[in-house]
Amino acid sequence: MPGAVSTRADAAPGERPAVGEARSVGMPPTDIRDPDYFHRVVDCQWACPAHTPVPEYIRLIAAGRYTDAYMVNWRSNVFPGILGRTCDRPCEPACRRGRVEAEPVAICRLKRVAADYKDDIRRFLPKAPAASNGKRVALVGAGPASLTVARDLAPLGYEIVIFDGEAKGGGMIRTEIPRFRLPEEVIDEEVGYITGLGHVETRYGQRVDSLKRLLAQGFDAVFVGSGAPRGRDLDVPGRQEAAANIHIGLDWLANVSFGHVNRIGRRVIVLGGGNTAMDCCRTARRLGGEEVTVVVRSGFHEMKASPWEKEDAMHEGIPILDYLVPKEVRHEGGRLTGVVFEKVAARYDERGRRQLVPTGEPDLFLPCDDVLVAIGQENAFPFIERDIGLAFEPSGLPKVDPVTMQSTLPQVFFGGDAAFGPKNIIWAVAHGHEAAISIDRFCRGEDVSERPPPRTTLLSQKMGIHEWSYDNEISLDLRHKVPLRDPAVALKDVRAEVELGFTPELAYAETQRCLNCDVQTVFTRDLCIECDACVDICPTDCITFTGNGPEESLRPRLRAPAMNLAQPLYVSDTLKTGRVMVKDEDVCLHCGLCAERCPTGAWDMQKFLLEMAHAYGTKPCQCA
Amino acid sequence: MTYLAKPKLHHPRLSTNALGFTRRDYEGAVSTLCAGCGHDSISGAIIQACFELSLPPHRVAKLSGIGCSSKTPTYFLGASHGFNSVHGRMPSVLTGASLANRELVYLGVSGDGDSASIGLGQFAHCLRRGVNMVYIVENNGVYGLTKGQFSATADKGSRSKKGVGNQDSPIDLIGMAILLGATFVARSFSGDKAQLVPLIKAAIEHRGAALIDCISPCVAFNNHPDSTKSYDYVRAHNEAVNFLDVIERREEITLEQEPGTVELVRQHDGSYLKLRKLAPDYDPTDKIAAMTYLKEREAAGEIVTGLLYLDPRSEDLHDRLGTVRAPLNALGEKELCPGSAALETINASLR
Ligand SMILES: Cc1cc2nc3c(=O)[nH]c(=O)nc-3n(C[C@H](O)[C@H](O)[C@H](O)COP(=O)(O)OP(=O)(O)OC[C@H]3O[C@@H](n4cnc5c(N)ncnc54)[C@H](O)[C@@H]3O)c2cc1C
Ligand SMILES: Cc1ncc(C[n+]2csc(CCOP(=O)(O)OP(=O)(O)O)c2C)c(N)n1
Ligand code: SF4
Ligand code: SF4
Ligand code: SF4
Ligand SMILES: [Mg+2]
Repeated sequence: MPGAVSTRADAAPGERPAVGEARSVGMPPTDIRDPDYFHRVVDCQWACPAHTPVPEYIRLIAAGRYTDAYMVNWRSNVFPGILGRTCDRPCEPACRRGRVEAEPVAICRLKRVAADYKDDIRRFLPKAPAASNGKRVALVGAGPASLTVARDLAPLGYEIVIFDGEAKGGGMIRTEIPRFRLPEEVIDEEVGYITGLGHVETRYGQRVDSLKRLLAQGFDAVFVGSGAPRGRDLDVPGRQEAAANIHIGLDWLANVSFGHVNRIGRRVIVLGGGNTAMDCCRTARRLGGEEVTVVVRSGFHEMKASPWEKEDAMHEGIPILDYLVPKEVRHEGGRLTGVVFEKVAARYDERGRRQLVPTGEPDLFLPCDDVLVAIGQENAFPFIERDIGLAFEPSGLPKVDPVTMQSTLPQVFFGGDAAFGPKNIIWAVAHGHEAAISIDRFCRGEDVSERPPPRTTLLSQKMGIHEWSYDNEISLDLRHKVPLRDPAVALKDVRAEVELGFTPELAYAETQRCLNCDVQTVFTRDLCIECDACVDICPTDCITFTGNGPEESLRPRLRAPAMNLAQPLYVSDTLKTGRVMVKDEDVCLHCGLCAERCPTGAWDMQKFLLEMAHAYGTKPCQCA
Repeated sequence: MTYLAKPKLHHPRLSTNALGFTRRDYEGAVSTLCAGCGHDSISGAIIQACFELSLPPHRVAKLSGIGCSSKTPTYFLGASHGFNSVHGRMPSVLTGASLANRELVYLGVSGDGDSASIGLGQFAHCLRRGVNMVYIVENNGVYGLTKGQFSATADKGSRSKKGVGNQDSPIDLIGMAILLGATFVARSFSGDKAQLVPLIKAAIEHRGAALIDCISPCVAFNNHPDSTKSYDYVRAHNEAVNFLDVIERREEITLEQEPGTVELVRQHDGSYLKLRKLAPDYDPTDKIAAMTYLKEREAAGEIVTGLLYLDPRSEDLHDRLGTVRAPLNALGEKELCPGSAALETINASLR
């Protein structure tokens, strides 16, 4: 089998180190006291911008403790019900399950399970103290970034004032994300938890026109979470003449959300390959678009939209055509008739950069009644004066410290799409947490560059000789699919949620696919008698006893070569035979069999729980 | 032991052998032995050896007696034939099976109690008959299964876990095997798979009686400081005389590197064994010299490991008896009942 690795019994005698020599040339013993080491092993949590303790909430769901699972989420990511339906889920491509089997755990949809089946959680929410601390903070925009800042600061007694031009809070979660993906009640509920904390004043319908004037109102700090509100326009001949039937996707989706638009033509072309394009085409299908086509300039595989969003669109009978560049909009008597596309192909130049070059084939004309333009999103800060000491990058974005979220004007902080350009909800939340820490420190006169460390615990899960307080049996189930509403019904109503969510039974089965990567394999050198029992039992060949060496020499000669460089090696101090224990964390199933087989307890399974520092102070997970 | 079955998931880049199997396909049920038992490591080495040789699992038969060691065939080669016989009687069952079907690979798995106490007679006779098999003694110096009594291989003067000294002389399985006419004799250590796996492979390839005496610490009853079969003791006293590579190529090969330290031994069936010598003067094909050397080192307190004796001109029981080439279950009525004319001929030859 080409590219296959051989699993070797052990190092040949020639490769055995001379005792004593090993330490100096080899890898140093891994410092497991560094919180980053075990955090990295929890792939999902490490990849989550807000570092949600994923396996912790998945176990709580398995135990039917939905409310606790919800609260674990709420503390980290603030919008479990919203994110459980819409998150960009950077955790899933990172999930270890995807490396030992076909697909990752459905982390995101399990989050929704916690939200769907929880009890009333209001008694668990923090409360703002009766008396304020006398500090006032203004938040520009009521999107997820600002709401996170409000949530983290209100319980500390800050007086929060949130400004938003719209009539309700939620930002693009409310205005852009279509209702068939995210029902409005979920937004109302989770935004309401924050605005109800106390000392949070919402000034909806009030746009901030001048940051200078806002600053003059004596706020102790200002957070700008105004998003990236401008949709990029198409610039081809005929665009202006046919304007009546050409819509900017971002504006059009907002108009649909507000109920201003409820029809579209029978034949619709959606230009663009991002998530906005996917929402546009699916919305168009529900508003009378019978023949909806997505057209992208580059290749299908290069599209910015998440794979599952592309799948959802195609599932609704929407073809995606690639390598077509819009060249001209055709119109007759001021009425749009279609779009002309030039066919292109991908070519790579000497530096490996992709270029789109015309193939020379005849152009393609696609007739249509409406065009939705979803080819990009930009920032705009018309309300920020350029003479108030707040510096901007040449890109048009403000100069913002990526750790503290502070601008060059010390009392002004940024977050969400306004900080570094359009991202997603979970990044907005992560920015909000960091900004809240900075604002709190700033208002107390402390150095904002000093960051509070995460809270971690490491606790043995041993209950008996072969009993652990986590379920270490490995399920062989493949990823479970979320039940969907009948397309015939779903496509008739733009407000009918397509996904029905996991049933408790399906949810339980899906939780069992989680490998509990936070239950760490912890090795104690002094207890090991080098009997090889752990090496023999390990189902995924993670453990090797061998002579030490530099990392590059060690990786290829492990029992299964450790070629995933993104995953760390866990190296012990030198053992009695002069060798070291090397564990490749890459595909460890966290099954605990090494610890069950070890005669001396040199391996132990210990749960590593990490909660990021938040401004209002983490209450420990009640479930730990 | 563990309560869970070993998960089926394996390393995504696990290699496959010529048959398309991974090493995991050669595993058996999850072991019920004590955690850390040397026997489990030997099972691991057998799995690795059979995988590397690309043996079709259904062409292997595992036979054993009674003891923790004799339980292990359940824990490897789950898709092979198995026979868990009576205490000490594995050799005769194996001999019978081998006579009936000479086409299978025979793995006899036994313990020091099973082979050196109750089964000593059977041990001796199957070796001297040259049954084509790999006979592995998982030698821990105690009766593990019956809670740690001294076995006949326990060294004189060694102490039990409770502090009782052993007064009897140990049975030297290696010395006996060489004397009795085994044609492949090796000693190894469960804690050294780098040495053990090639030895098992070579023993499987060898035609004739192959014995591997594998020291295998019993973590429950014989791994204390006064034991001579503990992990620490064996590691401290292990003197490997050579290191083996099995070369399956049958054509003539020449040796270029390291003259004097590497030796190629051509076996009867044309296969080669490449010996990397660690004790330069040790010649495993010289029976008298090998015996002398082993006794000298033993007196010096060393545990000599490696391929200790090899008769490259080995033959097996079938060669000696001139038995039919086909396994008995492949013979048809015509061969089994050749008719009255054939019987007449036989009778006439005996008159
Ligand atoms: C069509 C579409 C679909 C999307 N789908 C997803 C998805 O499924 N998952 C996901 O994670 N992300 C998605 N996103 C991205 C996500 O919505 C944003 O990344 C996220 O909402 C950014 O949050 P934010 O807090 O920075 O600001 P926003 O949510 O953009 O909110 C900014 C708010 O500020 C207000 N505002 C702006 N200027 C002023 C001012 N001067 N005064 C007062 N108020 C002001 C705006 O009215 C707005 O309400 C989608 C985006 C679009 C366009
Ligand atoms: C005929 C008979 N006599 C005695 C026993 C009791 N018995 C069971 S296992 C065993 C000793 C096994 O020792 P060994 O072969 O060294 O195996 P280990 O458990 O040490 O691997 C004995 C005496 C038996 N099962 N049958
Ligand atoms: S927990 Fe131990 S036995 Fe299980 S996969 Fe990880 S290293 Fe291997
Ligand atoms: S099972 Fe335990 S004692 Fe044996 S080698 Fe592994 S860690 Fe060491
Ligand atoms: S009693 Fe000894 S020989 Fe038997 S399984 Fe336990 S460690 Fe192994
Ligand atoms: Mg024994």
